[in-house]
Amino acid sequence: MSYLVYIIGFLLLVLIGAAVYAVRQRDLLYAVIATGVISLALTGLFVILQAPDVALTEAAIGVALTTIIFIITIRNTVRFEDEKDKK
Amino acid sequence: METIEVIRLGVYGASILLILIGLYAVLTKKSLIKIIIGLSIIDGGIHLLLIGIGYIKDGTAPIFSPGLEGAASRMVDPVPQALVLTAIVIGFGVTAVALSLIIRLYRHHNTLKIDEIKNLKW
Amino acid sequence: MKKTIVIFILAAFGYFLAITFLAPEFESNRNRNGVKNVYLDKTVSELKTANTVTAIVVNFRGFDTLGEVTVLFLAATALGSILFKKRHHIGERTVMLPASSIVGSGAKLIFPAIILLGAYVFIHGHLTPGGGFQGGTIIATGFLLMLISYRDFSISHNILSVIESLAGILFVVFGLLGFMNGGTFLQNFMGTGVLNDLFSGGVIPIIYILVGFKVAAELTGLIYTILHEKG
Repeated sequence: MSYLVYIIGFLLLVLIGAAVYAVRQRDLLYAVIATGVISLALTGLFVILQAPDVALTEAAIGVALTTIIFIITIRNTVRFEDEKDKK
Repeated sequence: METIEVIRLGVYGASILLILIGLYAVLTKKSLIKIIIGLSIIDGGIHLLLIGIGYIKDGTAPIFSPGLEGAASRMVDPVPQALVLTAIVIGFGVTAVALSLIIRLYRHHNTLKIDEIKNLKW
Repeated sequence: MKKTIVIFILAAFGYFLAITFLAPEFESNRNRNGVKNVYLDKTVSELKTANTVTAIVVNFRGFDTLGEVTVLFLAATALGSILFKKRHHIGERTVMLPASSIVGSGAKLIFPAIILLGAYVFIHGHLTPGGGFQGGTIIATGFLLMLISYRDFSISHNILSVIESLAGILFVVFGLLGFMNGGTFLQNFMGTGVLNDLFSGGVIPIIYILVGFKVAAELTGLIYTILHEKG
């Protein structure tokens, strides 16, 4: 057992936690930020699994570009999954 | 348990869980943006699964450093990495087209809930 | 009711996925007789490229990469045509507040560094991790930063499409030049040089730089189109 196991365990917990949060959250803006967190954890895992090329791509596309186009879509449509969630 | 076993079980298990969580969102959610979020979660799970299949014990990145040209036997599999590299870029294109279709649908129906969009003609 | 059925289906699907990938036989079989060793050998001995992933993406599977940049081009075009709107009924526009002066100055400071990083990543794509796709997306994020910091920052669609078409045509031309000396499409026709030099790998760095320009132009155009869409 090495320190690598603890880092991987932490990243996997963040990954699953952010995925569950993204699916259950009814405010779509928060859900989109959670998908950005999924991409961030995936980037760390790709570095540990010795795939630096994939990590660079995931960091640029998953964290920055995908999040921003989701946010633009939400700005142009609705923010909440259901109208009655609006506070 | 050895480190490689923990990595293997953890990575495969987490990627299968991600695929299932994404499928759950696609199958049960009503909001179109939630469905696209589910699809991108499935994407991430599949990428992690493929990279995990290519990993070997004590592997190094498939890049030849000066003086280490003979290290090919310790390198992880580069083929899934090239595949995933392609898949991530294509996935972004697919997500962008899907979101633009959603914007167009919202302009015509003023809602994003799939059970309220009765008339799928535009 | 519906959720219960979905959970049962997903449990069955997950069970089959788990017994496939977590079985000990999968682990012992997965690296046997792989194409991996052939690629790793040829990358060092024939192509003189340090990064094997680059060698696979540009040379061994170069035709797929041509298809991929075409798909990306089609996505950008489809986005533009889906969001096309006639000028005279624009409707009520979303109020866009200008970014604060801190964001503006910071963006101006960081923007050249991001462009430089992107250029470095795709010029050294055959030596270090990175390449045309990564460098192109990094450059696109730099333009994205400028677009959200300055409301009046505009990019000419004509210049973008000229860059993109030129890079695409040159990609195909360099591929066709491989037919010289009786080779195949995208075969290396230049001297390969010494492993780990900047000028090594023959045609691979040239093609990856072209891919970098093409991806940067496509993604910048895509972001520009969707960002200036006002519902």
